[in-house]
Amino acid sequence: MKRVLALPYLLWMVVFVILPVFLMIYYSFNDMSGNLTLQNYAEFLSSNYIKMTLNSFWYAFLITVITLIVSYPLALVISRLKHKTFWLLIIIIPTWINILLKTYAFIGILGINGILNSVLEKFGLMKIQLLFSDFAFITVAVYIFIPFMVLPIFNSINGINKNLIWASYDLGASKWEALTKVIIPLSLEGVKSGIQITFIPALSLFMLSRLVAGNKVVTLGTAIEQQFLTNENWGMGSTVGVFLILFMVFVMLVTRTKKESI
Amino acid sequence: MTEIRLQNINQYFGETHILKNIDFTFLEGKFYTILGPSGCGKTTLLKIIGGFVNQTSGDLYFGDKKMNEIPANKRQVNTVFQDYALFPHLNVYENVAFGLKIKKVSKVEREARIKEALRFTNLTDFKYRDIEQLSGGQKQRVAIARAIVNEPDILLLDESLSALDHNLRVDMQYELKELQQKLGITFIFVTHDQEEALALSDEILVMDKGHIVQAGSPKDIYDEPLNKYVADFIGESNIVEGEMLEDGKVSIYGRAYECVDGGVKSGTPVEIMVRPEDIVLKPLEEGHLNVTVDSILFRGVHYEICVLDEDGYEWVIHTTQKTEEGKKVSIYFDKEDMHIMVPGEKEDEFNERLELYEGIL
Repeated sequence: MKRVLALPYLLWMVVFVILPVFLMIYYSFNDMSGNLTLQNYAEFLSSNYIKMTLNSFWYAFLITVITLIVSYPLALVISRLKHKTFWLLIIIIPTWINILLKTYAFIGILGINGILNSVLEKFGLMKIQLLFSDFAFITVAVYIFIPFMVLPIFNSINGINKNLIWASYDLGASKWEALTKVIIPLSLEGVKSGIQITFIPALSLFMLSRLVAGNKVVTLGTAIEQQFLTNENWGMGSTVGVFLILFMVFVMLVTRTKKESI
Repeated sequence: MTEIRLQNINQYFGETHILKNIDFTFLEGKFYTILGPSGCGKTTLLKIIGGFVNQTSGDLYFGDKKMNEIPANKRQVNTVFQDYALFPHLNVYENVAFGLKIKKVSKVEREARIKEALRFTNLTDFKYRDIEQLSGGQKQRVAIARAIVNEPDILLLDESLSALDHNLRVDMQYELKELQQKLGITFIFVTHDQEEALALSDEILVMDKGHIVQAGSPKDIYDEPLNKYVADFIGESNIVEGEMLEDGKVSIYGRAYECVDGGVKSGTPVEIMVRPEDIVLKPLEEGHLNVTVDSILFRGVHYEICVLDEDGYEWVIHTTQKTEEGKKVSIYFDKEDMHIMVPGEKEDEFNERLELYEGIL
């Protein structure tokens, strides 16, 4: 009975996860005319792609760190508020909106004739080219990832036994010491899941770099898109994809929690 | 030096009046127990002393120092929490070291004090264990070690034994009592378990609905409860209604008995308490009242016997004497075992009356 019930999910896994991954691995060993080759891997390990990989990691790292710096205090504050669930909802609602729409909204805000620039103009300041820069790319990415980072951190802070915090005061800790010695260590699991949820997708962001960063930021995500859609070199695109998956597995291994064993 | 003085403490949570005009002084070096049913305000009182709750009104003094505005982390008080509140990310040693590290005690002194505290609580072998690997009793001891390593003037214990099973709880009671005597500091222990309170305390505070109803030594409270509430809460009791005839004479269900209480106006309705273990079974017609045995319950140390007297009132007796259900016998109690309570009497008036008639009748 149990097996019968598991069947649809198994089928789903095979068709939508396992098969595509194997297909991708297969394609990664093909050149443009369909012959088996290791050429793609050799190319990926050339300086060009290594640079791109490092670039991807660097941006993903920046995005994750900034998102964390914004989200941790936010989660902490929300956990102290009276109407926690309400404020949490406010944070979550933007995730219901399509990323593309949010990105376009940012184009409206940051654009040369956008809201920010018109405010600057009102104060008699110069218009600034905000769009199509690293700054715009990171700002929008951080904005998009904040809810995903806040949620796991909030959950782990909220789950801390209040008596532990009282106990730390009881033993002489100031509020700051209670934060650094009790709350932060006990919410590290939430931080780890937050990092996973942010860092891994941030490695392969491509729409944002196209729309907001104006191709100034080239990441692995953009490389894949280019190989598949522009160069029509599926082999190379798949190779980058394979490496991306390897990186993700690596990140998950590094940030895995004690209780999980992969 | 550190006597704790509560002056007219009131506490509201929203509309609810949790503590009502609490006035009490805890003397240094004694073992106090605050006893009462859940919701009587005992834990709130403890939290006010610990600094986790700020009283709505009234003053708190440690010695001569007013503590109203002093936060918990600046008070020379440590707490053993009901759920122990041990830090799960630290091991036994690190938990105990927490307070000392925060107070920046030098490494040499810290090591020595932790070693001593662990020895004191028999935890030396468990030093590097994770908290999750400990049993309930061990966790309890870590919580105590973590508190006493700071050498507080006052140790607060919030229902600290209630999570343990019975045998362990009894063991821990001995350990706690011994610990308090060795350390010589004030212990304030909150519990709803009357046996625990009787076994541990130098002084018991019985609380009800935000008031301290009666405070005194376990023996005083057990033998001379102020009213029906205290009598019922501490131990089991037979309480019957009667009327004071004159000093040393009381009427129960129309019969006059000699008693050792006085100072109550003739004709005052009173309540007479007799402890179940003070009642003796005698052959028919030889005791105060003729009764029929209704039920017998074997309790291990004694039988719990329910009897009905000729007027249909029920008496509970704890005795090792054997009898049979349905048998007609008679019950007897000494005049010293009758304790007379005047409904509505205040604790001060009660104490005054007791002192006055002590040894006279």
